[in-house]
Amino acid sequence: MATQTKRSRFLQQAATHLILVVFALISIFPIWQVLNISLRPGNQLLSTSLELLPANATFQNYVKLFAERDFLVWLGNSAFVSLTVTLSGVVFASMAGYGFSRFRFVGKRAGLLSLLTTQMFPGTMLLLPMYIMLIRLGLINSYLGIVIVYSATALPFCIWTMKGYYDTIPVSLEEAARIDGCTHFSAFYRIILPLAAPALVITALFSFMSAWSEYIVAAQILQDTDLWTLPIGLKSFEASMSTEWGLYGAASIIVMIPVVILFLALSRWLVSGLTLGSVKG
Amino acid sequence: MNTDRTKSFIAFLVVPSFLLLAAVVFYPFFYNLMLAFGNMNLAKMRDWQFIGLRQFIKIFTEPSQPDFYEVFVRTIIWTVVNVTFHVTLGVFLALLLNQKIKGKAIYRTLLILPWAIPQYIVALTWRGMFNYEYGSINLILTKYLGMPAVEWLRSPTEAFLACIITNVWLGFPFMMVVALGALQSIPHELYEAAEIDGASWWKQFRNITIPLIRPVMIPAITLGIVWTFNNLNIVWLVSNGGEPSDKTHILVSFVYKAAFNFYSFSYAAALSLVIFLILFVFSMIFMRQSKATEAAY
Repeated sequence: MATQTKRSRFLQQAATHLILVVFALISIFPIWQVLNISLRPGNQLLSTSLELLPANATFQNYVKLFAERDFLVWLGNSAFVSLTVTLSGVVFASMAGYGFSRFRFVGKRAGLLSLLTTQMFPGTMLLLPMYIMLIRLGLINSYLGIVIVYSATALPFCIWTMKGYYDTIPVSLEEAARIDGCTHFSAFYRIILPLAAPALVITALFSFMSAWSEYIVAAQILQDTDLWTLPIGLKSFEASMSTEWGLYGAASIIVMIPVVILFLALSRWLVSGLTLGSVKG
Repeated sequence: MNTDRTKSFIAFLVVPSFLLLAAVVFYPFFYNLMLAFGNMNLAKMRDWQFIGLRQFIKIFTEPSQPDFYEVFVRTIIWTVVNVTFHVTLGVFLALLLNQKIKGKAIYRTLLILPWAIPQYIVALTWRGMFNYEYGSINLILTKYLGMPAVEWLRSPTEAFLACIITNVWLGFPFMMVVALGALQSIPHELYEAAEIDGASWWKQFRNITIPLIRPVMIPAITLGIVWTFNNLNIVWLVSNGGEPSDKTHILVSFVYKAAFNFYSFSYAAALSLVIFLILFVFSMIFMRQSKATEAAY
């Protein structure tokens, strides 16, 4: 009897590992593909073999990317846009989320509902009017336009996340601070904000990712190649009849690595930040 | 009720965000509303007029290329298939990860990867993998599984299936992470008590796990449905703008094409509004319905 349950437990464990390994492989597969393509020498780009690493693996695509293409310009543009969006996202969301979590005021319910409603807007509903307005204002090729659009589109979700997290922090903490003579602002800034670090991290991550990975809006607003962000640049490798797979692969790996590392490093907070937000939301 | 000081603090907290949102979200929303009742296109940028409901009548009654109802049905299929897979795979993997097993952290990390990669890279990479001659999907099918190669990107059904496969791949980690968080918050004693009472695995799953992860999953699923319904990136980039011959469009990619390839601004604005209303009504009903069933537990 005892050996039988032991055996069935072993089988169960083995099956669990098997399934997890299969899914892990499926998750890695496309990344391995991109890496593989990026390392292929020029004459093997259209190879039909499925080796782990290509024969004669080389970094020439990476070198070419920096030496012959505007990749550095795109990288700089994307970094600038994404960091600006992140900074404004964290500042605005941490403040507004706190307001919604702690105070009662006229229009609070309507405000929260309208934030939720923005999540249902199809992208085109904001993009099209913005596009027409930017044409009329002559701002079609500008960072200002795109930074504002990105900040605002990520903001509602970030405010909800922050609000949800603040809701889990006991109000008694500020009340104690207020009795000790703290102002509203210093109670918020010195006591609550540090406790909300996990949610701040999530907010920063989402703002950054949304700007770093956005193609659809950028493709319409940034038409001048000097202003291109990474997504438009990478798509351009694939745009013409002959796709430059090697360059595309190399660029993808470089673009992907920082966000993947960031994402995985923060994944511990991802679970708590997101679920607490949605439980209390 | 609030003192003046508190009032100005609240204003300090909330007003900046709402000014930003007013400029970039609410103002365009109303502008879009106005456009939807007009006849603006590239030729009539400045001298457009209000023409009432004519754009909406056009959407619902006039034949279009591609057909509105066909695209609508495809969008429903797209959303249902994707979200079903996201939730089942997500919850299933979360259940596996919630056991005591070796290498849990590594598995979790690897399984989150599809979520971590920028969507447009996912889309373009999968598009490459679906290439008929050189794509790895066909190579695996023909070399290792002995199946015939599939014309992924050149025939409508297969191209749409390619979009779905890509989107399923990229969407399950979100549900997995949410489900895992919910599972971890279930007190262990509940399962121990059920074990003592002799409840089977299935009974425990139905009567403990599902009801307890429900309050977390319902908002996540609602969000998932809305995001999937509106996911322009994947369809646009995997099928390269609705290819072949506009047979893979979902509603948002259809609007995007009408707006930025054909410059039918008012028509696109009206269609955007229709999409928004569909989602708005759906979310209200869905959330209310699930609140009602939640109360029944």
